[in-house]
Amino acid sequence: MTTRLFGAPVPRSEDARLLTGGGRYLDDLGHDAAAVAFVRSPHAHARIVDVDVTDALDVEGLLAVYTYEDLEGALAEPLPLLIPHPSIVAGRTAHALASGVVHHVGEPVVMVVASDRYVAEDVCDRIRVEYDVLPAVVGVRNARDATHLAHADVPGNVAAHLVQEVGDARAAIDAAPHVLELELDIERSACTPLEGRGVYARWDADESRLRLWSSTQTTTGVRAAVAAKLELPLSAVDCTAPDVGGGFGVKIMHPWPEEVLVPWAARRLDRELKWTEDRREHFVSSAHERAQVQQVRVGFDDAGRLLGLDVRFWHDNGAYLPYGVIVPIITSTQLLGPYKPGAYRVEFDSLYTNTVIVTPYRGAGRPQGVFAMERTMDAIADHLGRDRVAVREANFIGPDEMPYDQQMTFQDGRPLVYDSGDFPATMAKLKDLVGWDEFAAYREQARAEGRRVGIGVACYVEGTGVGPYEGGHVQVETSGKVVVATGLTTQGQGHETVFAQIVADELGVPFEDVTVTTGDTRRMPYSVGTFASRAAVMSGNAVGLAARNVRTKALRIAGDALEADPQDLEIVDGQVRVKGNPSVGLPLSTVAVLSNPLRYAFDKASQAATQFVVGDPDSPPVAEDDEPGLEGRDFYSPPQSTYANGMHAVVVETDPETAEIRILRYCVVHDCGNVVNPMIVEGQIHGGVAQGVGGALYERMAYDEDGQLLNASFMDFLMPYATEVPATVEIDHLETPSPLNPLGIKGAGEAGVIPGAAAFASAIEDAEGFRISAMPISPSELFALRARFAAGDIPAVRTAPRPEGTS
Amino acid sequence: MKPAPFTLHSPSTLDETLEVLEELGDDAKVLAGGQSLIPMLNMRLAAPAHLVDVNGVRELATVSASASGVRVGALARHTQVLRDAGAAAAVPLLPQALSLVAHPVVRNRGTTVGSLVHADPSGEMTAVLALLGGSLELRSRTRTRTVGADAFFLGPLEADLQPGELAVSATFPALPPRSGTAFREVARRHGDYAVCGVAAAVTLDAAGRVERAAVSYISMTPTPVVVDATDAVSGRLWDAADWAAAARSCGDAVDPEPDLHASAAYRRHLGTVLTRQALSEAAAHARTATDAPLETAGGAA
Amino acid sequence: MTSLDAEQRVEVALTVNGLPRAATVPSRRLLSDFLRHDLRLPGTHVGCEHGVCGACTVLLDGEPVRACLMFAASARGHEITTVEGLSEPDGALSPVQQAFRECHGLQCGFCTSGFLTTATAYLEENPAPTRDEVVEAISGNLCRCTGYQNIVASVLRAAELRRERAAGQAS
Repeated sequence: MTTRLFGAPVPRSEDARLLTGGGRYLDDLGHDAAAVAFVRSPHAHARIVDVDVTDALDVEGLLAVYTYEDLEGALAEPLPLLIPHPSIVAGRTAHALASGVVHHVGEPVVMVVASDRYVAEDVCDRIRVEYDVLPAVVGVRNARDATHLAHADVPGNVAAHLVQEVGDARAAIDAAPHVLELELDIERSACTPLEGRGVYARWDADESRLRLWSSTQTTTGVRAAVAAKLELPLSAVDCTAPDVGGGFGVKIMHPWPEEVLVPWAARRLDRELKWTEDRREHFVSSAHERAQVQQVRVGFDDAGRLLGLDVRFWHDNGAYLPYGVIVPIITSTQLLGPYKPGAYRVEFDSLYTNTVIVTPYRGAGRPQGVFAMERTMDAIADHLGRDRVAVREANFIGPDEMPYDQQMTFQDGRPLVYDSGDFPATMAKLKDLVGWDEFAAYREQARAEGRRVGIGVACYVEGTGVGPYEGGHVQVETSGKVVVATGLTTQGQGHETVFAQIVADELGVPFEDVTVTTGDTRRMPYSVGTFASRAAVMSGNAVGLAARNVRTKALRIAGDALEADPQDLEIVDGQVRVKGNPSVGLPLSTVAVLSNPLRYAFDKASQAATQFVVGDPDSPPVAEDDEPGLEGRDFYSPPQSTYANGMHAVVVETDPETAEIRILRYCVVHDCGNVVNPMIVEGQIHGGVAQGVGGALYERMAYDEDGQLLNASFMDFLMPYATEVPATVEIDHLETPSPLNPLGIKGAGEAGVIPGAAAFASAIEDAEGFRISAMPISPSELFALRARFAAGDIPAVRTAPRPEGTS
Repeated sequence: MKPAPFTLHSPSTLDETLEVLEELGDDAKVLAGGQSLIPMLNMRLAAPAHLVDVNGVRELATVSASASGVRVGALARHTQVLRDAGAAAAVPLLPQALSLVAHPVVRNRGTTVGSLVHADPSGEMTAVLALLGGSLELRSRTRTRTVGADAFFLGPLEADLQPGELAVSATFPALPPRSGTAFREVARRHGDYAVCGVAAAVTLDAAGRVERAAVSYISMTPTPVVVDATDAVSGRLWDAADWAAAARSCGDAVDPEPDLHASAAYRRHLGTVLTRQALSEAAAHARTATDAPLETAGGAA
Repeated sequence: MTSLDAEQRVEVALTVNGLPRAATVPSRRLLSDFLRHDLRLPGTHVGCEHGVCGACTVLLDGEPVRACLMFAASARGHEITTVEGLSEPDGALSPVQQAFRECHGLQCGFCTSGFLTTATAYLEENPAPTRDEVVEAISGNLCRCTGYQNIVASVLRAAELRRERAAGQAS
């Protein structure tokens, strides 16, 4: 009997390639392609007065220089606003090359094509662009104040404004026995994959076809956008994602200017072209996320139960709005977490600033929403003198209340209805795992030793597996090998392994016989992309359904050949056989041969399917409702998202003297429904937690008032090394299957990062004894807070012991 | 991020190197480990017309230790110095500080002399050279001069190195007997340039009483100043000395600047904390470096 | 700025993964680009080009160094080992590679080459490291996917595998 692969920690298929230097990332392709580089704006907001290329023209190896004036047709129009939404009052998107005015440092102004990247950069150095510098809008508060405008024609810098309300929150708060107000801040961070973006294009002039590779999270999206911009038929464009060195959201944005410019110039020059983003470019031209200012007003009863919650926040969307308002919508809805908010009102402004655009980064608005809600929970506990977990428990939605309708509209335009989850059980597991009830004694003991330790907790609910759909194609070749294609792309999540596990189980073939292709529009042209923790849910179910179709067909064909009822057949280890009589059967490879009636035999195996060998002479070789080939295709399109959840606890120690923050323990309880591959799911959690650590303690985008990014390097943008992350991430799983999809899966990709900032704020607050309202926090900032606390400028929290002042 | 074009010169002897440097004068930049220079070239923050690559000049890849100190040749990598048992015995502050320089892989290529010539106020070795009263030997085709740390560092990223000159070695003198040293720093991430770092040296008399205490800083001063901390602790037993007072007395000597990672007030605070820790640790090392049993404040050792 | 039309080119002859290789390239060609594009060994990845991420780490005469912080010309006459040269002579995964697979020490694989070269050299030097020593050894390499816990586990497992293979050969 074949062991079931679903649920097993199967080692990854992709590793053999990636461990030996056999991976092929974007810049590993096209060694002979000419190189593209860009002259990018050094100013945050400026009018372009003149572009002078005279000095550059004699550089040997120069092939072309383009500015906005060279763009034509659809390419000269602004780039698309990908996700329109009724709340958008002033949608502005960039041009592929800046037209007249630049709106952030790093915006591409001139495109250079040269023999290699070194020469292309020489050319860029020699191009003189004259600017008339305009005042820059930097930071949420400046954008809100609107003393200056990021876009001259956008009043108040407001890109979008949205209110959602369930019940009368303000009246409920006014009538509540207790009311609190909080003002909270989160700064910018960014996905920062180790591989930047990149595009490689080959124009085939003989066939008038474009072959395109992009380090993207959506090849179908790039393909459609490029075809539209280059005014090519969709069928003349193929797009592939090669191995991709991490994405985390930044590569779902599309088309990036470079994604349309590179193929455009490749066609124009009839030459292979490649652009590989370097690290400095990545910081100033690829998207950031996270920055928000939030005001929370909450009314609650003596037990800490929410009666009314009124949240107002301002979201920094950067210079343009190509991805719409997905991020603040997610903040505003997923803020609710596992709780019943009573009456809820949320209102946000999405604001333009003269900084890099903001599009989803792993978690996509949830870390901010969770920060708002969890800071509120801690504030309620402090106010009432109650245990922080008890207050959360008082507000949990019960498992018997599922499905639970929050009566809001989610980011996919569908109702925010939680399908599954057992929040009290998850919290019970977390309390056990971290030893919540014993911590107070530990904290006291540490204090007695002159140490400051604190524990923090944070909960989240994550809508995963958003639609509209994904597809799967499964084919059994006459060798018996199974090839699977799905259209969404992969950036390290182990999709080749996970989808092979699902297909191998459905089809009854050895795991090693299954090969999976992702992100190639030639193999699966219908797809959306990889984001929103949707790959396992969407493509997992799609390939599972497709494999089921193939299985049905295989049993039917084998039934004909064996003169058996298909219902009496099974497939085990690639052999179709009669249940209970395994000696009667035939290999799946033979079924594949038989599935394709042939006139010509091209090898020994195919002789078995030629016209004088098989078939009923009285009926057509391929039945009316059938197709040749042992293959099947299916699509999975859910009515709504499926909601995963989890809870994190972190224990920190803050140095009483240096204010350094050390992580002593990090615990996760996680519910993503049925787990396909626990090794991979835990790996996703580990990686997410590390990004949560980065977002809480290390990473920020340090813009000055002129809109210059001061830390645009890995030296000063402080991504954690191995020395900065918890030594272990202690994980426990709770599996409440999703009722919404056949496999019972909920997404797992983003979860690890979501509650990070909230959990750390809670723990540092617990260690220090005063309110933490802004993230990230550095030792220097903690030191400053200690001084303010000592001076009586910020209040104590009373659930934690007051520390002895050393500052 | 690709460097601008340059003409590369790859001499294989010191004499050839000095000839090339004389010929090129101001237009040339010396390439040794390149761990600071090449990032600047890649970012085109520097674009010298000529690079003189001294990686082939094997005669410069030396570390020689004696009782009087350690002489480090221009091509000795940090790792080579760090692993040199003789150097560690003669000048324990070298391994104490070198283990904090960047990460192991960078230390495999980066050179100790190169980091001194780079004169980065955050570079650990600048403070070490200053605290020990070390010097650099600078050689051109026509002359050789030895410049002490107090004169060599002119400002941030600025050192007294003339066109045509090569820093052929650095000398780190050994401290007197009964001395101990320590290097303490706080960096945002392990291996980053420190937000504040302190090198400390303490010398005891034969009875275990403090004879001299001094510190030098990184990331706190534009050039590595040496601050004498003896007054507050002079004549006190090594473990009874008020190192906190000594640390406070050093505070006036530094006036740190804020940057992305730390406010000036935090830096100043760290300066005091780390000075105390480093002095105290250095004193403990000085104690163990003393041959005879000594008194301690708590009684016999 | 100097004239660009007469850029100096140099012949770079060296040993890569045990084989003599040579190419004539501009003096300014970084070793990382030389390996990737001139010698067509793209397994060495470029993540920052300022020496911080460690993805481009290769072994220079057995010692790990940043290939983005060296010019190809400076590697003349030296021996370079890249990720393509880490496998056993029979093509089997090396202990370090095998351990990364077993312990899920990689996700997207982009930083992985640098971790593999760094860990390979480190275990030569210290065949039985503690956990803390492993963390220090890999502390100059950035990974954005794994959170590092499984990378540390992989290096510790690689040390075990090396010992197992050595014992297997001895018996």
